[in-house]
Amino acid sequence: MNDTAPASAGFYTEDMTISVGPQHPSTHGVLRFVVKTDGEVISEAIPDVGYLHRSIEKIGEKVTYHGYVPYTDRADYLAAMFANQAFCLAAERLAGTEVTRRGEFCRVIACELNRIASHLISVGTFGQDIGAMTPFVHALRERETINNLMEEICGARLTYNYIRIGGVGYDILPETCSRIAAFLDHFEPIVDEFNRLLSGNKIFIERLAGVAVVSKEDAFSYNLVGPNLRGSGVKWDIRRDIPYSIYPELEFEVPIGTAHVGVLGDSFDRYWVRIREMQESCKIVRQCLSMMPNGPAIAKVPRKFRPPAGECYARVEAPRGDMGFYVVSDGSEYPYRVRIRTGSYTAMSIIDKLSKGIMVADLIALIGSLDVDAPEIDR
Amino acid sequence: MQAFIDQLIQDGAFAGVPKEVVYAIAMVLTALIVLSVFVAPLAGVTSWLERRVWARMQSRVGPNRVGPQGVLQWLADGIKNLLKEDLIPAAADAKLFSLAPYVVFMGFLCTFVVIPFGSSLIVADLNIGILYILAVTSLVVVGILMAGWASNNKWSLLGGMRSAAQIVSYEIPAGLALLNVVFIAGTMSMQGIIKAQGWAPWDWFLFNNPFIFAAFFLYFTAALAEGNRTPFDIPEAESELVAGYVTEYSGMRFLFFFFAEWGNLYVIGAVATTLFLGGWQVPPLPMFEDNPVLLGIAEFVTFFVKAYMWVFVAMWVRATLPRVRVDQLMALCWKYMVPLSFICLLGTIGFMFVPENLHRVISAATLGFAVAVMVVFLVRVVFQIRNAKPELYLKPHI
Repeated sequence: MNDTAPASAGFYTEDMTISVGPQHPSTHGVLRFVVKTDGEVISEAIPDVGYLHRSIEKIGEKVTYHGYVPYTDRADYLAAMFANQAFCLAAERLAGTEVTRRGEFCRVIACELNRIASHLISVGTFGQDIGAMTPFVHALRERETINNLMEEICGARLTYNYIRIGGVGYDILPETCSRIAAFLDHFEPIVDEFNRLLSGNKIFIERLAGVAVVSKEDAFSYNLVGPNLRGSGVKWDIRRDIPYSIYPELEFEVPIGTAHVGVLGDSFDRYWVRIREMQESCKIVRQCLSMMPNGPAIAKVPRKFRPPAGECYARVEAPRGDMGFYVVSDGSEYPYRVRIRTGSYTAMSIIDKLSKGIMVADLIALIGSLDVDAPEIDR
Repeated sequence: MQAFIDQLIQDGAFAGVPKEVVYAIAMVLTALIVLSVFVAPLAGVTSWLERRVWARMQSRVGPNRVGPQGVLQWLADGIKNLLKEDLIPAAADAKLFSLAPYVVFMGFLCTFVVIPFGSSLIVADLNIGILYILAVTSLVVVGILMAGWASNNKWSLLGGMRSAAQIVSYEIPAGLALLNVVFIAGTMSMQGIIKAQGWAPWDWFLFNNPFIFAAFFLYFTAALAEGNRTPFDIPEAESELVAGYVTEYSGMRFLFFFFAEWGNLYVIGAVATTLFLGGWQVPPLPMFEDNPVLLGIAEFVTFFVKAYMWVFVAMWVRATLPRVRVDQLMALCWKYMVPLSFICLLGTIGFMFVPENLHRVISAATLGFAVAVMVVFLVRVVFQIRNAKPELYLKPHI
């Protein structure tokens, strides 16, 4: 921090500049931070994004509405279902298409399973960032089962292309429903086991409690969304507050940070919100399975889908927070503009503020606790 | 060994060669034999075992392709690494860079000189055995600093600096904990310490008094930290420092660091066994009396099993715990472990003035406490195994 000592001393100290990433074990993809450190203490960490830019927004102007759905998968490949749904919501609202009721249930089941899978990756890799290797493998083992279920539902394991305009691509079969129920019976005890192994661990708590605290005001002013916002104690969930799909009919809680080990809004709270969201998602899927009506899974949508001229912004609650698709139509077969708003991109902006004065190891914990995801940042 | 060489010289096997040259060659040959026959398989098999144990805890399979159950995996890895390019970065200080792995390796290898595998299986029973071990393991930090500095990489430098601070700090509680035993035994010689104990658990120094019992765990914790093991593996914390001081290394030089790490695990167990757990002492059974070979084997196996038990514990710890932060690591050492070690040392010194009868009672109580802890642990393990649902873990759905 001392750029120059008095010249009479004859020598001086200067900050060391380290490039964390784009290839670094805990930046989860290609992220880069230019970090200035004084020994182990960080004085500045500037995020450098753009290594994974794939022009997904521009591609939206070149393909039809139906054809764009597979591209939205790639916006956030850990939670592809939500980008599908957000884009389809926008297109349906533009055209006034009604989604079939069974289609809505299929959507919610697939989305919540996807949320569990995404949070499993998040908490697992978070444990690995802190140095615990076993929880990561256990989390991935459970995610593998979800991938199998997803394969059964829609034929793909990562980029689903399941939710289509007007409904879903394939109906969820009764035997798949029973397998999903069996998985939930299996998974809920595993969450408790995970808590015994990792969440209650003294070292883990010591590493996270009180580290990188985001106050409520900061969370608002830096536009944090999703679990990061809820970790700071704000009860805000798109599913509850700007309801879409069948969420108003379902009962679920919105977990917020509890500060039971540290300060409200610290890294542990953000982690803990994700753990409890997985349990809430289990509840939601169970309700959907029991309430699932019969009927067609997808509405009749014209092959040449031409919404009237206008614009629409649709948002869903993705695992990384509020995901929005802004679609402008000029009445043709192709969207005039598509813009995507994602949670990780705004979460990156607060890292610069939070990283001042923390240690290198804490920066890794901070990145992990914000659950930033490289594909979602750059699109 | 020396007697054997002397005999050969007397028989005139090396006529015309100066005595010193013969001794030097013999020493080099012995070192090579020890290295290739004992240390390499030991470190190698430990690496395989760790991967298998770890894999089982993580519901994976682990290496199982080379040889039965994959036991030869370490050999395949070694050959692969030997054949790889030995890359030295252009910006590195080439001489120091190439030298560093050998310094680390030497620091670990030299400890094998005084480790007693049996009553007659020891290279040299130095009268300063423990001091020697503490001294040569400090060489490791020189090697790690060299690697960190010479790599000319910021991650390596950070790793090297962390490691220097960590190892130097943790030598203090480790040394103080070992000093307890020296006080009781009245000697620093490894064989002397073992001979001061008996084969039965109540004769072990571990249960001599409550302070030594505590000192043992202090030593084990500090040794894990000195050996860069989780939860103290911050010098090579791969999620923070990429690979710490080994970031720039490749091929066999890279392997030498890990060779030393895995071999060091065994050294930790061996030192703990020697000082606290009665070493190679076996019950004086009649069948050993006229059969020195059988006795030697029994002693070796006893020592090996006791030492490996602690290697296993280190593996479990690694599979279970996250990593502490560097300032927490230092706080743990200087705020808690050093004062506690001093208290243990003072307590042990105090116990040397306790009358014999009272001392026996306290020893028995310590042993009883340890047994109670073990029983509770085993009951918990049995409870967990009974209540475990293996179908949850071993056969994922669908």
